[in-house]
Amino acid sequence: MNKPDTANNIINTPATFDIENIRKDFPILNEEVHGKPLVYLDNAATSQKPKQVIETLDAYYRESNSNIHRGVHTLSEKATAIYEKARDKVKEFINADSTKEIVFVRGATEAINLVAQSLGRNTLKAGDEIIITELEHHSNIVPWQILSEQTGAKLNYIPINDAGELILEEYEKLLSDKTRIVAVGHISNALGTINPIKTIIDKAHAVGAKVLVDGAQAVPHTRIDVKELGCDFYVFSGHKLFGPTGIGVLYGKESILESMPPYQGGGDMIQMVTMEKSTYNVLPYKFEAGTPHIAGVIGLGAAIDYVTELGLEAAAQYENELLNYANEQASQVTGLNFVGTAKNKTSILSFTLNGIHPHDIGTILDGEGVAIRAGHHCAMPVMERFNIPATARASFAFYNTRQEVDALIQAIDKCQKVFN
Amino acid sequence: MFDIKDLYQEVIVDHNRSPRNFGKLENADTTLEGFNPLCGDKLTLYLKTANDKISDIAFDGSGCAISVASASLMTDAMKGKTLDEAETLFNEFHNLVTTDDDYDAELLGKLAALAGVKDYPARVKCASLCWHTLHSALQGDNTPVKTE
Ligand SMILES: Cc1ncc(COP(=O)(O)O)c(C=O)c1O
Repeated sequence: MNKPDTANNIINTPATFDIENIRKDFPILNEEVHGKPLVYLDNAATSQKPKQVIETLDAYYRESNSNIHRGVHTLSEKATAIYEKARDKVKEFINADSTKEIVFVRGATEAINLVAQSLGRNTLKAGDEIIITELEHHSNIVPWQILSEQTGAKLNYIPINDAGELILEEYEKLLSDKTRIVAVGHISNALGTINPIKTIIDKAHAVGAKVLVDGAQAVPHTRIDVKELGCDFYVFSGHKLFGPTGIGVLYGKESILESMPPYQGGGDMIQMVTMEKSTYNVLPYKFEAGTPHIAGVIGLGAAIDYVTELGLEAAAQYENELLNYANEQASQVTGLNFVGTAKNKTSILSFTLNGIHPHDIGTILDGEGVAIRAGHHCAMPVMERFNIPATARASFAFYNTRQEVDALIQAIDKCQKVFN
Repeated sequence: MFDIKDLYQEVIVDHNRSPRNFGKLENADTTLEGFNPLCGDKLTLYLKTANDKISDIAFDGSGCAISVASASLMTDAMKGKTLDEAETLFNEFHNLVTTDDDYDAELLGKLAALAGVKDYPARVKCASLCWHTLHSALQGDNTPVKTE
């Protein structure tokens, strides 16, 4: 099997990265599982929350809870102000032009469905083409399959090589003046591959296609600059960014969002409703029907403050170093196969063990306090590509440590002992 | 005291490593597939019945140790059983892996090795997939079985 390339990107831990104090921010890291310290390595599924986020949520419900955009009373004004402040934080965080471009949704999944239905369903027709990739999470596959069924547009997939990297020559062959939408993950949740999205975006724009980037896995690990990327849409979920579940962001270029019809109808998204007809609200409210997840938005704002203060670059550097260490340790385990060995990778270690099914690995590791994900990672086409039913996946965050990598390796050793 | 070996008992490890009755049964009179969408466990059950008895039974497919060992143990236990006995065993096995009630150790025999599964809610489906598949097959239902 392929071994990952660790030699050429070893980076030393930044001296300023105070891991001990950082861990103190995450109360859950003190939990025990089966009498052993929790080693949480399932960060790609969802990340843990720092006390700054937990306390912000608590304070919101204790001191400011109210509905927004509709009350003249003080609490409502207070809640509206912190809600809109959070939108501003998101705008700054991804360097969007305007808060009109920041739409709050339930998560990456809802954002993709919104674009597929509002933009896709209204502009695509039979003969048009959509391009996605073999690496996608199901949430960036199924909405396009539905759209394809509704409109007759054809859905094409950019294939991947044995390392789990997109084959760009194949992408170029798929592109044509029929291409309307290219939807691509920034970072693969199953393998950790970092895709060359800038190149992908530029090539799509050259044929006049719009581009959606699924940034669910990228936002916690890299600084995003939507202006520099030039993408038309960028989507992510708060819960993978150390914020609450149930809240996410759709970034869309203002002119495109302006041209799109509402996705859902209801309160807040209208200006005037008569029995005959309604006029819709301005951006971004046109896409925020109903009472939103106010606490979620405010919690997401706190999470953005947290990672901004921490410094995502420093965190990514630390995570990279941790991944290299994990790769080194894991390559010494006999019978361990790496799945996904892209040169450009984030801190995800997907693997199989000879003769031991990933679900058994997951259960035995859990017995050692080590939480990983075992399964198809909502990326069944990736599993099919590698001809395996599932992998075991350890995914690291900046609060993980080398000792935790050691605990993982020891737990893997335990798996082999149980089965041999 | 927590011990992972309560789940992965010797019998289970052994039946996973060398599953019994593994492979396609030629001229089976019932063939039914079972699928666990959460894990990707897949198995096909082959069944031959005569005079209200299971005269032969086999399986193939792929899955985790719990699902493979469970199918191996189940097929061993089912050979030669009458359909009524099979139903009784199905109910007793269900009781074993989903409740804390006392179980009939004598009736279950080696199957009791799967008792540990009930402490792992996510894994109960792995152990019961083959049983649900058998149950459907015996009921004459020929739609593939899915555990949700
Ligand atoms: C790459 C990727 N895209 C999309 C999603 C969907 O995110 P959510 O379930 O929060 O909507 C995930 C979550 O696992 C993901 O990893």
